[in-house]
Amino acid sequence: MSASATYPLPGQGGGALGPGGEQGPPPVRRAAKRVLPGFNITLGFTLFYLCLIVLIPLSALLLKTFTLTWPQFWEAVTAPRVLASYRLTFGASLTAALVNVVFGLLVAWVLVRYTFPGKKIVDALVDLPFALPTAVAGISLTALLAGNGWIGQYLEPLGIQLAFNPNGVVIALIFIGLPFVVRTVQPVLEDAEKELEEAAMCLGATRWQTFVRVIFPAIAPALLTGFAMAFARAIGEYGSVIFIAGNMPMISEITPLIIISKLEQYDYAGATAVATVMLGISFVLLLVINALQTWQRNRSGG
Amino acid sequence: MKHFARTALAALILAASHIAFAQTSLLNVSYDVSREFYKDLNTAFVAHHKKATGKDIKVDQSHAGSSAQARAVADGLEADVVTMNTTTDVEFLASKGVVAADWAKRFPHNAAPTTSTMLFLVRNGNPKGIKDWDDLVKPGIQVIVVNPKTGGNGRMAYLAAWGSVRAKGGTDAQAAEFVSKLYKNVPVLARGGRDATGIFLQRNIGDVLVTFESEVVSVDKEFGAGRVDAIHPSVSIVAENPVAVVERTVNKKGTAAEAKAYLDFLYSDEGQEIAAKHNIRPRNETILKKYSAALRPIKLFTVNEYFGSLSEAQKVHFNDGGQFDKLYTQGK
Repeated sequence: MSASATYPLPGQGGGALGPGGEQGPPPVRRAAKRVLPGFNITLGFTLFYLCLIVLIPLSALLLKTFTLTWPQFWEAVTAPRVLASYRLTFGASLTAALVNVVFGLLVAWVLVRYTFPGKKIVDALVDLPFALPTAVAGISLTALLAGNGWIGQYLEPLGIQLAFNPNGVVIALIFIGLPFVVRTVQPVLEDAEKELEEAAMCLGATRWQTFVRVIFPAIAPALLTGFAMAFARAIGEYGSVIFIAGNMPMISEITPLIIISKLEQYDYAGATAVATVMLGISFVLLLVINALQTWQRNRSGG
Repeated sequence: MKHFARTALAALILAASHIAFAQTSLLNVSYDVSREFYKDLNTAFVAHHKKATGKDIKVDQSHAGSSAQARAVADGLEADVVTMNTTTDVEFLASKGVVAADWAKRFPHNAAPTTSTMLFLVRNGNPKGIKDWDDLVKPGIQVIVVNPKTGGNGRMAYLAAWGSVRAKGGTDAQAAEFVSKLYKNVPVLARGGRDATGIFLQRNIGDVLVTFESEVVSVDKEFGAGRVDAIHPSVSIVAENPVAVVERTVNKKGTAAEAKAYLDFLYSDEGQEIAAKHNIRPRNETILKKYSAALRPIKLFTVNEYFGSLSEAQKVHFNDGGQFDKLYTQGK
């Protein structure tokens, strides 16, 4: 007993120093020991780095917006052209992200579950939209889909126009968003335990039940993440879209183009006002998606 | 010995790089489609400068959209001179104190050594028979123009269309009606001058492209001569290409004299002739006449005649809520 009083064991706290046998005040616990060292310094660095890379530029954006009065701000962000552009940007991004969820899942599924000749090449192809300069994507898609393009020339007689209208915007956004869904779902699908599916089969589940009850809950969080990333990327996309959109006011102007056109008239404050609104909406949407994810994980994990 | 050799070599390299650094160089920040013109002009200027002063000089070029360039210079791009295609871009720099407030008076002709004008490019043989502005608003004609919100080319096309009505004795109301009819015939608004050319020639959209006269040369060069015919309308606009010395940079670098010499060279017979060869209208009447086959004499009006000034026009027509926005938001 006395030995323990003289040489308190590490982690036991100062309370143990009291006279042996006596019930002293409850031991004061030091901050929980972490397994990995260097928490403080890495947290400090993380905060510093995030400030430098993300928060400072964003606060500059906000500060510039503050040079406007409220009525000016409101006028800048609710002009009919700007409202139409929000509808297009968020609507097209949502559509494109949803399409990508369906077909991205399909691609990931095929890449994980089956082996076939040339699989490595197909796998690499998925990443191309990442690597390609987006302007190149926009120009090539336009060349394909315009009325005189390879594909467009057969569609135009049928009355289907895919370039120079909102359809083109959605197509460009599907193109650039695909890798996000595939690459987030793929590793999760790879890790999914085949035994669970086999067990489900053995217990008499139909294929559909196995997919909905067993596989889908496991990959849903990854799918949501992929969706969120594809969606966020699509909202900010400029390079590929402007070539295929046709950029008609009220019809096919995306919000980033509105920002650029405000800069063209040296309306910095107006441009940042629109950017701030976009940022706000995107942030809220991403928060909602994150919350959904947590909720989903808790539900399936519980 | 080896050590000595190495030190000597290092010293030599240092000295050489120092000499290279000591050579005066100018940075000309200019608009997108002037690349070829300034490439030729710079070669001529370097030779001219060597002959006049005996000193070597180097001229670097930077090209992008006119107002994007102006913003870059305002934000600190170390241009010695700016050579733009829209007066408002230089005025913006003057408002930031980067160029002199009276920049327009520092050089002759409103500090615009060259001009251009808006004309029509139609498909070879002019199948739709487009001759003048009135033909653009006929039903079934598709017109390709640049979005005035995103490009100086588009602003000039819009003002040229508006002014064409005024020049024929019409009122502003009639001009507004004409312009609104014209933009109803526009299937795609291009983002910039080169984008418009691409839509017209690569995508094969539209019957007529309204663009700068100076674009004709590059169209012929890139897409092959004979693809398009240039149609000069009966009346069009004078689009000035303003130039200015960037005081902020030349004061720091001590290149004021060279920068002025460079811009002066644009006004010289040699400089004016090079401009004319690139289908840019020189101010020099004799040289303009010499190239009248391409730079046809048509009735021209200035922006100031009908719009007060370009910045005035910007406010009334192109800023948010202006006349151009009304074309697209009315009745919606």
